[in-house]
Amino acid sequence: MSQKLLTIIDYGMGNLHSVAKALEAVAPQFQIEITNDRARILEADHVVLPGVGAIRDCMAEIRRQQVDEVVAENLASGKPFLGICVGMQALMAHSDENQGIDCLNQFDGHVHRFPSGLIDSHGLPMKVPHMGWNHVTKTKDHPIWNSIESDSHFYFVHSYFVEPHENYSAGICHYGTDFAAMIYRDNLFATQFHPEKSAEAGLQLLKNFTQWNGTL
Amino acid sequence: MPLAKRIIPCLDVDQGRVVKGVNFLNIRDAGDPVEVARRYNEQGADEITMLDITATHEGRDTMIETVKAIAGQVFIPLTVGGGIRKVDDIRAMLNAGADKVGINSAAIHNPEFVKEASQRFGAQCIVVAIDAKQVGDHWEIFTHGGRNPTGINAVEWAKKMADYGAGEILLTSMDQDGVKSGFDLALTRAVADAVDIPVIASGGVGNLDHLAQGVLEGHADAVLAASIFHFGEYSIQEAKQHMMDRGIEMRLPAKR
Repeated sequence: MSQKLLTIIDYGMGNLHSVAKALEAVAPQFQIEITNDRARILEADHVVLPGVGAIRDCMAEIRRQQVDEVVAENLASGKPFLGICVGMQALMAHSDENQGIDCLNQFDGHVHRFPSGLIDSHGLPMKVPHMGWNHVTKTKDHPIWNSIESDSHFYFVHSYFVEPHENYSAGICHYGTDFAAMIYRDNLFATQFHPEKSAEAGLQLLKNFTQWNGTL
Repeated sequence: MPLAKRIIPCLDVDQGRVVKGVNFLNIRDAGDPVEVARRYNEQGADEITMLDITATHEGRDTMIETVKAIAGQVFIPLTVGGGIRKVDDIRAMLNAGADKVGINSAAIHNPEFVKEASQRFGAQCIVVAIDAKQVGDHWEIFTHGGRNPTGINAVEWAKKMADYGAGEILLTSMDQDGVKSGFDLALTRAVADAVDIPVIASGGVGNLDHLAQGVLEGHADAVLAASIFHFGEYSIQEAKQHMMDRGIEMRLPAKR
């Protein structure tokens, strides 16, 4: 049996090695490839769209390298697809970051900044970026949640969050406001947090993704 | 269920070994960094910070290998600081598997470097490290292990660095570092209340209550310590349990 292929889409933004190393640790049956080669991405059994940094630069690179078309084709193919952090935000229609940026419009949702002036439970102003470990509450029984307890901690680092217009939330987090920590639709799953940096719970999530067939 | 406060064990690394001294004297060997990082990960550390105290090129290459080895085995955020002066230094560390870099003296020599780094790599991976000492009624930034004053006000500097795109401040009290009598809580609070980005308190932890004080009285978002963990005095679990007993939200690792 030939080895399965998982591609991590490389559009020049962010630290893809962390994602690759975590996937290598949990999915030895996969060949993990970091690439922007269209053929390899379309050939893959599983695809990951990561991303860190500012959305304007991410979207500019996504368009310049025609990753937008590859993402659309991949989502249409029915193969399991995972967006992470800015990779999740990029799937939305529009982001308020960088004075407003149109995104991939693969998901009917908007990306907003955390409001300023929020107060935490100790009575102190809440910091932005939302950085650190926070609970994610399960809102949908999805294969990606296998062997992970609801309200587990995951590692977040972001100043903007996704508000999907449709109710496709698989997990919510609270930081001053409730926001979508996980969204799903058909063969698409996306997380605002970094599973590759979220210790056991994150590794389990990545393992679940590699074992998922893309259906609900 | 609020955001958890973080415990960050810090590894001072020299020529591929973890070392720890008291006031830069009596340097003790505390082990292989990969082993130490793995142990802290298993104990539930929320992040790991490594400071490269090597001054040589060979030492720097060893550091990159160390970062690679840790990043392949430890799946929590890893910050690397020490000698980060150019965009290429940041790229090398991120490519090796670091998630964030700590910038210290390079920011003082050229504040624009922080802006450039933040725009290039994103604020989430730029930690500005500030070493401060009390001078009269305020705190000043010192370089070279506390020997050289800069005349820069630490609180004002923290605000400026936040404006320039730092994602986080790592604040070390040079008065307290290695002394084990607790953080400089007034300094920590002054900085934490002045900026809207997270602040990591560092320097002076001698017991578990010092960690709790850093959060409760210093308003820190995360606390960093080295020697109390390195030599087995306390485990990360014990530290977290103590902080939870003081009413602080902490992450406990999933049961195995």
